[in-house]
Amino acid sequence: MEFGPHLMLAMLEGLVQASVLTLTALGLSLVFGVMRVVNVAHGEFYMLGAVLAWWITSLLGGSALIEFTAALILAPLLVGLLAGLADWLILRRVDYDPERTIVATIGLLYIIQQVTLMTYGPDARPVAPPFNTRLALPWFEFGENGFALYWPWGLSTTSYKLFVILAAILTLIGVWLLMAKTKIGLILRATQLDSETAQAFGIPVERIYALVFGMGAALAALGAVLVVPIQQAHYLMGADPLLLSFIVVIIGGLGSLRGTVVAAILIGMSDGIISVFFTPTLAKMLATLLVAMVLVYRPQGLFGAKPA
Amino acid sequence: MLKLTDINASYGKVQVLRDLSLEAKAGEILCLLGRNGAGKTTVMKTIMGLVPMTSGSLQLEAHEISGLPAYRVPKLGIGYIPQGRRLFSEMTVGENLQIGLMTRGKGADVREHVLGMFPLLRERLDQRAETLSGGEQQMLATARALCLEPKVLLLDEPTEGLQPSMISLIRDVVVRLKEQGVAIILVEQRVDAVLEVADKITFVENGRSAMTVTPAELKADSSLLQRFVGV
Repeated sequence: MEFGPHLMLAMLEGLVQASVLTLTALGLSLVFGVMRVVNVAHGEFYMLGAVLAWWITSLLGGSALIEFTAALILAPLLVGLLAGLADWLILRRVDYDPERTIVATIGLLYIIQQVTLMTYGPDARPVAPPFNTRLALPWFEFGENGFALYWPWGLSTTSYKLFVILAAILTLIGVWLLMAKTKIGLILRATQLDSETAQAFGIPVERIYALVFGMGAALAALGAVLVVPIQQAHYLMGADPLLLSFIVVIIGGLGSLRGTVVAAILIGMSDGIISVFFTPTLAKMLATLLVAMVLVYRPQGLFGAKPA
Repeated sequence: MLKLTDINASYGKVQVLRDLSLEAKAGEILCLLGRNGAGKTTVMKTIMGLVPMTSGSLQLEAHEISGLPAYRVPKLGIGYIPQGRRLFSEMTVGENLQIGLMTRGKGADVREHVLGMFPLLRERLDQRAETLSGGEQQMLATARALCLEPKVLLLDEPTEGLQPSMISLIRDVVVRLKEQGVAIILVEQRVDAVLEVADKITFVENGRSAMTVTPAELKADSSLLQRFVGV
C-alpha cells in the first residue's frame, strides 16, 4: 500500500484507540480531579468491564446486538457499583489520604486481578461485535486526467470501529453536559474546587466521592466494553490502559477534563500511528518520553493550573 | 439561638478548643476577639462540623446538633462566610449563588432578594468568581451565605483587606440582618469595627472563652485589649 492510504489506515486505528483511551483517562482524571485520589486500580476496573462484557454476552445468548447492548449497559453499571462499594469499604476508611489511598488501590488492583484469575481464568476470550460490516475507503490521486478517486486494496475499516468512535464522542458530550449544565455537575465542580467549603454549603462530600469513584470506574469499564470486540477480554489487560491513562492525565494536566481529552486524542492517535508503521513498544517508549519532558518543562501539564 | 457549652475540639492529636462556652441570641451580634492562633476560626469550623468536637454541647434553638455530619449543619440554617472568602473560584457568580440556594432548597425569590442587597453582583452573574475584585468577592461570599436565609450567620474576618466603602457596606448588611433577628457571630481583628456593631464581645485565649464583656465595658477598660489581643 502507498504511504497516503497507509497513513489514513493508521490514523483510523489511532482514532479508535484514542476514543477508548479518552473514556478511560477521563475516568481517572475525574477521580483525581474531584477526590485527589490516584487510583492505581483504574486499569482493573477497565479489565472488569471487558470480563463482565464476556460474561453477560455468554450468559444471555440470542442475537449479538442484544447481547452487546446488554453488556454495554450492565457492565459499566456493575463496575461502577463495585467501585462505589470499594470507596465505602476502603477509601473512606483511610480518610481519602493521598498516600494511603495509593497503597489501598494497589491492594485493590491485586484483589480484583487475582479474583478474576481464579473465577474467569487465564484465557483471553472474544466478544462478538454487534455488527461488523467491512467498509472500503477511497483514496485520491492526481493523474494525467486530474483529480480521481480510487479504492486501494486493504484500505478499509469496519462499521463497528466507526461505532466505537461515535460512542466515545457521544459519551464525551454526555459527560460535558452533565458537568456544565446539571445540578449534579455543579455539585461535582464545587467539591472539586473546595471540598471543605462544599460541606459548609450542604454538599455530602463523602457521598459525592463514592459517586465520582463509581463514575470513573464506569467510564473505564465502558471503554473496555467498546474495545473488547476488537481485542479480547483477559485478566491482565488492565496494565496498558492504566499506564496510558496516567500518561494522558499527566500530559493533559491533573484534574483538567479538557486537557485529558486533548492529551488522549494526541497519545491515542500517535500510539495507533506509530504502532502501525513501527511497533507498539516504540509508541509506548515515545509516550513515556513525552511524559518525562512534560514533567520537566511543564509539570502542571498542558491545561493544568500552575501551582501558586 | 446558638449555644456552645464546654466545647473541646482537636485537629488530630492537637487540642485547639478547651471547655469553650459562648452563646449568640437571635438579633444579637457576638464578636470573638483574640490573638492569632487563639482558636477563633476553629470555633467557627467546629460549629460548622468541619472540626470534630471531642466533648461538649452545641445547641441550635435548644436542639443538640453536635455530632451531625458537616453537610447537615448548614441545612439547619447556619450560614458561614469563611476567612479568605473561599469562593468556588472557577465557577461564575451565578453558580456560586446557586450553590448557596441549593443548600436549603431556596428559589428565585431569595436569589432576587439577595441580588437586591448587592446590585453589583447582578451585572457580574456570568463572570468567574476569581476575576472579581477583593470587595466584590466579599460581596459574593456574603450573598452566597445569605442565599440560605440563615438563622445564624458566622463571619470570619469579613473586612480583611477591604477598602473603607466596602467595609461600611458589609457592616450595613450585618446590622440589617441583626435587625431581622439573625444571630451573628463575628470574628474580627479591627477593634473599631467590633465596637461599632457588637452586642457582646468574647475574648478567646488558647482555645478558651476567657471573658465576655459589652462594648461599653471594653471601652472603659483598655487593658483588656492589651491582655487578650496584644494591642
